[in-house]
Amino acid sequence: MNIVACIKQVPNSAHVRIDPETKALVREGVESIVNPYDMHALEAGLSLKEHYGGKVTVLTMGPPQAETALREALSCGADAAVLLSDRAFAGSDTWATTYILSLGIKKIGHFDLIICGKQAIDGDTAQVGPGLAERLNIPYVTYVRRIEFVENGAMRVQRLMDSGYDVLDLPLPALLTVVKEINEPRLPSLKAKIRAKNQQIPVYGAKELGADEKKIGLAGSFTEVTEIFAPKWDRKRLIIEGPVEEQVEALLKNIKQIRY
Amino acid sequence: MDYFLTDEQKMIVDLARKIAEEKVVPVRAELDEKEEFPWKIMEDLAKADLFGIYIPEKYGGFGGGCLENCLAVEQLGRACIGVATTFAASCLGAFPILLFGSEEQKQKYLPEIASGRKLAAFGLTEAGAGSDAGGIRTTATKDGDDYILNGTKQWITNGGEAEIYTIIALTDREKGMRGASAFIVEKGETGFSFGKKEKKMGLRASSTRELIFDHCRVPKDRLIGREGMGFIVAMKTLVLARPGIGALSVGLSQGALDAAVQYAKERVQFGHPIISFQAVQHMLADMATQTEAGRALVYAVARYIDSNPKDISKVSAMAKLFPSDVAMQVTTDAVQVFGGYGYMKDYPVEKMMRDAKILQIYEGTNQIQRSVIGQALNKEYSRTK
Repeated sequence: MNIVACIKQVPNSAHVRIDPETKALVREGVESIVNPYDMHALEAGLSLKEHYGGKVTVLTMGPPQAETALREALSCGADAAVLLSDRAFAGSDTWATTYILSLGIKKIGHFDLIICGKQAIDGDTAQVGPGLAERLNIPYVTYVRRIEFVENGAMRVQRLMDSGYDVLDLPLPALLTVVKEINEPRLPSLKAKIRAKNQQIPVYGAKELGADEKKIGLAGSFTEVTEIFAPKWDRKRLIIEGPVEEQVEALLKNIKQIRY
Repeated sequence: MDYFLTDEQKMIVDLARKIAEEKVVPVRAELDEKEEFPWKIMEDLAKADLFGIYIPEKYGGFGGGCLENCLAVEQLGRACIGVATTFAASCLGAFPILLFGSEEQKQKYLPEIASGRKLAAFGLTEAGAGSDAGGIRTTATKDGDDYILNGTKQWITNGGEAEIYTIIALTDREKGMRGASAFIVEKGETGFSFGKKEKKMGLRASSTRELIFDHCRVPKDRLIGREGMGFIVAMKTLVLARPGIGALSVGLSQGALDAAVQYAKERVQFGHPIISFQAVQHMLADMATQTEAGRALVYAVARYIDSNPKDISKVSAMAKLFPSDVAMQVTTDAVQVFGGYGYMKDYPVEKMMRDAKILQIYEGTNQIQRSVIGQALNKEYSRTK
């Protein structure tokens, strides 16, 4: 099986700050990590490879330093990595990103399965996985909590739902986005780390991908962030005292007054 | 401090630290409480290739040396020395084979130890033979093409859990330690069983057990080196392993210092974080300075050992002695910085202080280390005169 795991380098959410002017994430001075859900996507790819053979390629779009994230994935056992990086990609929203990623996938060539994390912990949109599948015109299942089997060019997966899960069959090639319940990502190994350090990682820009410049970066993005704020939530606390009958009466009165 | 580590050495540090933080810290209190052997963590360390750090590449290892091993052990010790000791004891069990084993023995056993598929253990100590290793009573009697082992080893780390044991036994009782020989014994062999698992003050995640040999028959190709070399095998093994105990101690001290500084910044008394008080600052300053001094000593000695010098007994004793005394002091002071909270099991420093004590005792008590250093000085100075 040829598997592509899409990963994203994100700021460690423990130390994230948003610039009040630009409404963008301030990345300077914040430690970068691989989006945790994407580590589950990679693990899903690696264990499929162990079962069915094949190759796992990790793909990311980002600034040159996103190479660190790819090397981390290689240290965990991915076979190859591809970086999509170009100043012209800057400011891409999920629409433009899926376009660029789809060109990256085409550059990688033949694939049976693409696996993404369910969402990234910085943007939290959960749009890139499904969007990429639409761009490539392949079936997809989101929130996958288990891959049951792959057989005769199709696979059976379980999709996590609010209560329980769905069992779905889908033909390959396909795309999955996975939740953290699917597996426990492996740790890197020393030998793979050393191999990863010297491994060549091809970098493709807009030109190499043959990207339409109107479809990438800010120009290709429809989303405009107008404001980012923490929602106000005025929670009032009231302790009602007195005899039980009076408490019940007071409570009822209060409930009736609440307007939603 | 920058110790100018190579990229590969930095990778070892990163990897061991990641495992320590992600896999060891969350479970260390529970392992301690339940006296549970850390199998899951051993599996993680195996998958990360860390068991093979010091084993040559031709036997499936990484081909590193004493320093590389110390770097890994230090990071694990920072989280839990019970876990780190379990890891390091497998090296200790492998050293006799690595140093004196035949090519066949190396090919058979080292790849399994390097991959972490099997743990090793080293068996020297007996009830009547602690600091005085010459007092061992376990015997190995030649019988045709076999040796028959009889006797009981005591306080063997990884006892019962390890698969491969390197055992020191007397092949010639008349000659005392000169009649000692080293053997490889595998778990499951007839006549080889395990006695009680010790209940300990600290280091409770590690297994410490008796090894009982009751007419345990092993083929003669299990003899390491030649008959009569047992004492040399044991001493060279211990001497090579001592900087590892130093590294473990540095890790433990660092862990205690980390916890103490963090707590001192958060704990407010008299309206100020206690780190703003000179009494606390000075304690922390001493803890940090001694920890760094211990680290510098361990790294320097480990690098020296990796240059293949002739005699390392003095420096390796120093690399065990100083950091382990420091660890006892630093962990005790960490509890002091935490005050009453430090005495409670809710915070990690209580365990660290209990754990620290063993560092001054095992792999040669610190009194023995001082004797080794003293004797070496005596020899050195009579030579130069």
